[in-house]
Amino acid sequence: MNQFAISAANLVKEFKVNKHVVTAVNGLSLQVAPGETFGLIGPDGAGKTTTTRVILGLLSRTSGESSVLGFDSMNDMYQIRERVGYIAQQFSLPPNLTVMENMLFFAGVHSVDAEEQKKRIPELLAFAGLSEFSNRLAGKLSGGMKKKLALACSLIHEPQVVMLDEPTLGVDPVSRREFWNLLGNLRAEKGLTIFICTPYMDEAERCTRVGLIYEGKLIVDDSPANIKRVIPGHLLEFTPSDFSSALKLCNEMNGVLEVQTYGEKLHVFVDDVLKCKTQIEDALASQGIAYDHLREIEVRMEEAFISLIRRQKESVEQNEMIGEVR
Amino acid sequence: MSAEPFTARNHELPILIQNLTKRFGDFTAVDNVSFNVQSGEVFGWLGPNGAGKTTTIRMLLGLIKPTSGNAFVLGFDSATQTKLVHANVGYMSQQFTLYSDLTAMQNIRFYGGVHGLSSDELRQRIAEIIRTAGLEGRENTLTGSLSGGWKQRLALGCAIVHHPKVVFLDEPTAGVDPISRRQFWELIYQMAKEGVTVLVTTHYMDEAELCQRVGFITGGKLVALDSVSQLKQTQMRGQVLEIGASDPEKAMRILKAAQLNGRIPFDEVALYGAQIHAVMPDAQKYKEAIQRLLMGEDVQVSSIERVAPTLEDVFISSVKAPAAIV
Amino acid sequence: MQLNFQRLAALIRKESIQILRDRRFILLFLGLTIVQLFVYSYSASRSVYHMPMAVVDQSRDATSAAFVQALVNSQYFDVTMYLDDESQAKDAIDKGEVKAALIIPPHFAAEVDQRSANFLMLLDGSDQFAVRSGYSAVGLVAQNFGLQMSAENLALSGAVSSTNHTLPINTFAQVLYNPDMNDKWFVIPGIIGMILQTLAVEQAAIFLVRDREWGTMEQILATPVRQLELILSKLIPLSVLCLLTLGMSVALGIYWFGVPFRGNLFLYFWLALLFLASCLGLGLVISTRVATQFEAEASAMIFMLFGLLLTGLFYPRTGMPLVPQLIGDIAPLTYFLRISRGIYMKGVGLSFVWSDALILVLYTLIVVFISSKRFKMRLD
Repeated sequence: MNQFAISAANLVKEFKVNKHVVTAVNGLSLQVAPGETFGLIGPDGAGKTTTTRVILGLLSRTSGESSVLGFDSMNDMYQIRERVGYIAQQFSLPPNLTVMENMLFFAGVHSVDAEEQKKRIPELLAFAGLSEFSNRLAGKLSGGMKKKLALACSLIHEPQVVMLDEPTLGVDPVSRREFWNLLGNLRAEKGLTIFICTPYMDEAERCTRVGLIYEGKLIVDDSPANIKRVIPGHLLEFTPSDFSSALKLCNEMNGVLEVQTYGEKLHVFVDDVLKCKTQIEDALASQGIAYDHLREIEVRMEEAFISLIRRQKESVEQNEMIGEVR
Repeated sequence: MSAEPFTARNHELPILIQNLTKRFGDFTAVDNVSFNVQSGEVFGWLGPNGAGKTTTIRMLLGLIKPTSGNAFVLGFDSATQTKLVHANVGYMSQQFTLYSDLTAMQNIRFYGGVHGLSSDELRQRIAEIIRTAGLEGRENTLTGSLSGGWKQRLALGCAIVHHPKVVFLDEPTAGVDPISRRQFWELIYQMAKEGVTVLVTTHYMDEAELCQRVGFITGGKLVALDSVSQLKQTQMRGQVLEIGASDPEKAMRILKAAQLNGRIPFDEVALYGAQIHAVMPDAQKYKEAIQRLLMGEDVQVSSIERVAPTLEDVFISSVKAPAAIV
Repeated sequence: MQLNFQRLAALIRKESIQILRDRRFILLFLGLTIVQLFVYSYSASRSVYHMPMAVVDQSRDATSAAFVQALVNSQYFDVTMYLDDESQAKDAIDKGEVKAALIIPPHFAAEVDQRSANFLMLLDGSDQFAVRSGYSAVGLVAQNFGLQMSAENLALSGAVSSTNHTLPINTFAQVLYNPDMNDKWFVIPGIIGMILQTLAVEQAAIFLVRDREWGTMEQILATPVRQLELILSKLIPLSVLCLLTLGMSVALGIYWFGVPFRGNLFLYFWLALLFLASCLGLGLVISTRVATQFEAEASAMIFMLFGLLLTGLFYPRTGMPLVPQLIGDIAPLTYFLRISRGIYMKGVGLSFVWSDALILVLYTLIVVFISSKRFKMRLD
């Protein structure tokens, strides 16, 4: 028996698109321990959904290993489906069934017996805050409520693992917060293993561990705190009056590790806060660029994410260049 | 143009809303809302789904008539001078239609044609838009095969092909990864620097932080209107406490129980990755009590400190009654 | 293959609720059936009654008058004008004033007595239905009118002339099963089959695709549901709906259109169920090949066209070249049409339709096999 709730090793998934082979997942390895909340984050098209589907056995894998609760994704697909709860990315419950009918349907296909259904369905509806909407058609629920219904349905068979594919996409901040609090409660009370894909950086901070996926590979796999720590240097933020000149200026400055744009503000990663702060202030003044709020701020997941992706891109480009030279 | 009421032209504000109300039957979607947006400002218009955001924008665009009150865009009354409003605004929503079987350039040309641009103007605008959207080298790529970030910048280019002075962006960045979002916001501020006024709605609170000023609407009512930094100081009802514990799941169960039995008046307590975030009226006062409670149940507290609220915290505090948060 | 009845029941319940909740679908299903039944059965009546006819009676005796009356009595012809000669009659047909012209030469009565009577019937060859109806009607009437007379010469170029014939043998034709040659009797059992084929193929094709388009399929695949359960859950509610439609159509056929049901109703329904299974299976095969509901509908429409043109419903298959015949063989209706007409009209038993039934059994097995091979319990 595998000690991991979810594991994948050198996972590869190729698609044939008009006779071209597209590699969506390219040698991805990850392990999720029981009770963890693992966030798979990455840009669009990085392979988040494909990875989730392959691990769950919804897509066949091209090569490599993957398993859930020790069951192989390809060979034991029904054992996995009996033990895992899943929320697909787009809303995918039958929209013309009511909330209650949806619950009964998923209870039925998961062979939950009648006694248990009577107990669990009201509990789950209360947990998801949907008790008073049990006769509403699923298609007529708001975005946030749909996601909560999907969560309730995916929990009807008391799974040990839930896999959620961008469950909060297009959901407003209030509903998003509620959804995450529900997940937190499940983690605290049931020790549920949660595997979640998300494009929201602030959501990544709510995971115990985060895997950053880029072009089908995990490029970082660590706790949010550690990921932010691996980003070298400190972060300065300010609002210049002349954006593009200030950007150019900072990019060319010694001690500046990286510059990111942030709306009308600039985010400058520097090796030494005091030295660089003065340096930037002087340079801006000499160019006659006004600025305000020049201060050090904390690195958030978003800055770390952008920095990591950039470095990954650069190293790929470098490798390509080395390859070309050779 | 002679038909314009003199008073209307007196308002030189790009966007001016006075006591705007819209009722659909018994339902009040927008309830006596007043605010204005200054020239060249980037204004964030935020609220949960169904709060009245889109209804407000539709009234500003003259697509629906207000029940009472007025909406002015560049001094034109949206309800009566709709054509003039349309000639001077750009509108990009999530559903903005790019023709995927046309090339990037053909799309710009199409929208230019719709807005009646002359061929000289069009040639100039195409060059400008291709350059600012960073679409050089992709002018003749079919839009369908562009990635999300490119498409979104192209959509913006098409929405502003006629050089509008005011631009409405309704959730323009939904489903776009952080890097592309940053580039998109660079474009927004580039427009703002050229004097274009931007009103943007979004579900990403980290993105809302990029706006110079934000308005929160909930239940049709404007509940907060200020700069982000000001809002963080004035609108947050509780304080946020970040608690690091040896066994966060257990700590969460204990604190949840304390919330339920009223021992500690948490507005909200939730797992936040490896930490717990708790929102409550007087954090300082209960710090000790929380620590003692957890230690008493054999949970080591490694850190317990007040953290600055995020805009999301502020938003949720503003739009929701504290007791309603899960 | 495991079949868990709780899962199957949950799936069937879901499908049934979805079908019943979709009022428009139900209305369309039943409404379209009725509309098709009416439209096809009325428009498919190809006998032309009360054709305007000109009469050139050069004989003007009692026998010729009786002959004209016999033609009028047949309901096929109405005398709208009397003319003087053949050229005037041709003129009237050219102008479209009449569809037919009867020219009776002088001394008709005497010739009838001598068993050497002849007459000329001119028919408007630009109207194929008028020619056919008029031709066969005039033949029958002439036969019945006098034992000596028959008109059996082909001249589709526009005129039928009967040559001087003496028939030593009396020709009698008796039309079995449908003595009045009522077209509806012929058409309705076939139309019912065609309606069922169209509905079953189309709906089965759409059903899986719709779940895929809604994204529901992904969520259902993530549960322990097995392939057989999923397929059955689609087919069973649809079969019930189709059988109801069949019952309604047969009832309409009997009570509204007055087409007597001569065979064993029980046998008919069992074989119809078999036919449905083959159609639904065919629909499933289509649904595994198409990506959108639109594609599914378009593919199903092709089968409807096949049904209309190539299965022998309106046009006899015996006269078709090989290729259209082979294409027609793909449509289950080709086989059911013979079963349906056999049991419905002729009242025959299984011993007469077993070969077609056997083909349908094989057909069903093949399409179900193909669809189960093609339908994967994964998304790719």
